[in-house]
Amino acid sequence: MSEPTHLGGSRDRENVQNEFMRARAEDITLPAPEGAPEPTDDVGKPRSLWQDAWDDLRRNKLFIVGSVLVLILIVMAAFPQLFTSVDPRECVLQNSRQPPSSEAWFGYDLQGCDVYARTIYGARASILVGIFTTTAVMIIGGLIGIIAGFFGGWVDGIASRITDVFLALPLLLGSILILTAFPSTTDTPELVVIGKVVLALALLGWTQLARIMRSSVIQVKNQDYVQAARALGATSTRIIGRHVLPNSLAPVIVVAMISLGAYISAEATLSFLGIGLQPPVISWGIAVNDAATYVRTSPHMLFFPAMFLSVTVFAFIMLGDAVRDALDPKLR
Amino acid sequence: MGQYTLRRLLQMIPVIIGTTFIIFAMVWALPGDPFAGKCGDRPCPPAYIAEQTARYNLDDPLVVQYVKYMGNLVTGDLGETFRGTQVLDELAVALPATLKLTALAILIEIIIGIGAGVLAGLRRGSFIDNLVLLSTLVVISIPIFVIGYLAQFILGVQLGWFPPTVGTGAPWSDLILPAFVLASVSLAYVARLTRTQLAENMRADYVRTATAKGLPRRQVVRHALRNSLIPVVTFIGIDFGALMGGAVVTEGIFNITGIGGLVFGAISTREGATVTAAITFIVIVFLLVNLLVDLLYGVLDPRIRYE
Amino acid sequence: MTVTDITVGPGEGGSRDEPLLVVDDLQVEFRTREGVARAVNGVSYTVDAGETLAVLGESGCGKSVTAQAIMGILDTPPGFVTGGSVRLDGVDILHLPEKQRRTYRGEAIAMIFQDALSALNPVYTVGRQIAEMFKVHRGMSQKDGLVKAVELMDLVRIPAAKERVNDYPHQFSGGMRQRIMIAMSIALEPQVLIADEPTTALDVTVQAQVMELLADLQDELNMALILITHDLGVVADVADRIAVMYAGRIVEQAPVADVYHRPAHPYTKGLLQSIPRVDAKGSELYAIKGLPPTLTRVPPGCSFNPRCAYAQDSCREGGAPPLERISDTRAVACYFHEEVLGAQQ
Repeated sequence: MSEPTHLGGSRDRENVQNEFMRARAEDITLPAPEGAPEPTDDVGKPRSLWQDAWDDLRRNKLFIVGSVLVLILIVMAAFPQLFTSVDPRECVLQNSRQPPSSEAWFGYDLQGCDVYARTIYGARASILVGIFTTTAVMIIGGLIGIIAGFFGGWVDGIASRITDVFLALPLLLGSILILTAFPSTTDTPELVVIGKVVLALALLGWTQLARIMRSSVIQVKNQDYVQAARALGATSTRIIGRHVLPNSLAPVIVVAMISLGAYISAEATLSFLGIGLQPPVISWGIAVNDAATYVRTSPHMLFFPAMFLSVTVFAFIMLGDAVRDALDPKLR
Repeated sequence: MGQYTLRRLLQMIPVIIGTTFIIFAMVWALPGDPFAGKCGDRPCPPAYIAEQTARYNLDDPLVVQYVKYMGNLVTGDLGETFRGTQVLDELAVALPATLKLTALAILIEIIIGIGAGVLAGLRRGSFIDNLVLLSTLVVISIPIFVIGYLAQFILGVQLGWFPPTVGTGAPWSDLILPAFVLASVSLAYVARLTRTQLAENMRADYVRTATAKGLPRRQVVRHALRNSLIPVVTFIGIDFGALMGGAVVTEGIFNITGIGGLVFGAISTREGATVTAAITFIVIVFLLVNLLVDLLYGVLDPRIRYE
Repeated sequence: MTVTDITVGPGEGGSRDEPLLVVDDLQVEFRTREGVARAVNGVSYTVDAGETLAVLGESGCGKSVTAQAIMGILDTPPGFVTGGSVRLDGVDILHLPEKQRRTYRGEAIAMIFQDALSALNPVYTVGRQIAEMFKVHRGMSQKDGLVKAVELMDLVRIPAAKERVNDYPHQFSGGMRQRIMIAMSIALEPQVLIADEPTTALDVTVQAQVMELLADLQDELNMALILITHDLGVVADVADRIAVMYAGRIVEQAPVADVYHRPAHPYTKGLLQSIPRVDAKGSELYAIKGLPPTLTRVPPGCSFNPRCAYAQDSCREGGAPPLERISDTRAVACYFHEEVLGAQQ
């Protein structure tokens, strides 16, 4: 009749109590029970936060839709040839501004380039900028946040002041500033152009992540198991690597995903302003910028890149939202 | 409260210094030719270089440069545009339009954003909750310039409900559509934040007490709302920076002669001095707004006030 | 004879033929992802005016949920009242429409909670929160309400009430905050006061003061007091009767003296045995072996049987043993209560 007792990491305290009580059984004044069953703690299999979250996510329609979209977009960025055989740079001026037809599903743009092809190829720049920026932000912000939160004291003081200073620079305005100071021209190599945009966005975006990492670390730092590790003589790096980092990750991941969408949007805006990506880099922002003046006569030139752009940002933010809801302990 | 105010003021000073220094350094002091691209598409004429070098003390060590620059800034000397006008004058002329636009946008943000958030927060999981969630997500996903163009095209040109561009002097009626565009993303964030905060607070212990006291639902919600709006107010302050960024795009699209429009124009003509000065100005205003919000926070949350 | 006929204590039954508050076979379940938890599984108890009933039990036994269901402030979803009735002065308040039910809250029946810091709104002054009672229920103005608030703060022995009426909850100590909550709850002189672990979060010395205050107020207002706690020490001074709860059911109901000296249920006996005794220095502390069951998987038969030294096969089969009258003033839910009673030292 007794169910097997499952011992899990998160139930350690209760198991200790159990052992204690079992050991005490002989001393009670109650008559010794005959054939008494094992005390059942009957707690079932322990579920970690990530397990629970994954269970939730699997059933979350938004998450599924978002992930599918993101997957498609990443494939599109990596292998645009899978989606179109047309060369996006093969532009015939005669076709300028032609509306969608059976040869060109999205029509032609001002230069006579196939809008569909340019839209597909445009995914690469945006996705690359998004991923690189988010990675850079996670590294910079993460490091500063961990250092500030873990070491506290004057280290934290300086790191926090630096964070405050950069926080005062809004993302868009700051990147306008940087990119105006170091403008690119049509001659600048593609990688450098992308690199500049990534750097500009990362330089201004790391602060949010640093703050989150810092507060996450401070919270974890004061937990008993970290104190215990410290008392057992673990080095700082070990504590950070094995205890602090894994437990601070949840909010960081959520913010990273949502920010990815925001960075793609920001890059498009910068390209729209003319200081982000430049031709010959194919980007959605540039496409929209070029198409804007003709929106009355040829709306297709604006509509399709704009839609792809929005759907991409939407997918990442939706993903981030779904992950956040799944990881939020208050919503369970 | 006085102590709190003082502390906040003191904390702001190093931040202002630090920020302006970083702006200055990024523009003038990074390795490479500081004049690259600062005169439009052509390389700068030697006379201009000489004059600017003298004006900005570019041959002096960095810190000295910065100090002199700040000195100039404080006395109102923000440099000249290519046309020879004072940047300061340009800013002064452009300010009113931006003030009106921003004020309108913040009003829209507050009324519609908080309103939608309250509706959604009180009816978690309902149709209206999902509607608000979805629509805010869509709005956040569409970059502001796309929203701007679409609004301009559909509501301004096609349907003719609003003027597609704003006339000189920026009359209030012309500013309604641009204000909505500008407020759109911030509004979406405010709605979501209000919704989350309210839903959370409605489950708080003190709300249970309020219900146990026999208060009517409306008053119970008031209890929760009062607590929920504190982070929302803070957010509106922080978001002001993003709002100003959006203003650059919005004013550009709707042809508003405000500070954003100034920056927008200066970007395309590559007028580094104007861009830098305008952005520095905006950043300082942003910091002041943040200070104000911090103080307001102290007023709204007595736990902060009486530490 | 039903359990609701048990009335003992100084209170008069009044013109009714039953006690002031009668909880009859209350059922509350929580529908969660892991299953349905029967948090309250047929709970019946009564309190009369001027009487103090202590509801005793471990965390998770359903004592707070019962109280919340009585007040009508249960979190729905995930909690649902699925059966039973709650009669206050003859009226079944459980099945009243919300609008009417609301008029009872604060007015006829009030509740105070464990953690006064989170139970009070941090951004409103205490005066305003107390005055709210008068504004909403009596239509008084803010000014008049505040005057009454000061009176009440004096009544609950908060020093310098007049000066402190415009202070915020976080500016008071734990004990004083609890008094403020008490002041708020008795503002309209309710007939029944439910105190959910009112002293658990307080220091021992403060505990005594607050309990004394509650007792005095009860005498003055002739209130019925339901004291929910897991602390046997607190109960001894204040209660007239005790209802012991385990896993959503009442397992024993009796006057205080009987519970302490002659428990009839193995669980009660185990609880009493767990109290550390000053004169038992040097011997091991006793604890009931095992843990309370998770409410989504309650063991069949008597829910206490896995931990019970008296358990026989009959305890593991069928339904839970019913709460049976074993005297004028006592009821117990155990087939073997005679053995338990007999095994006293």
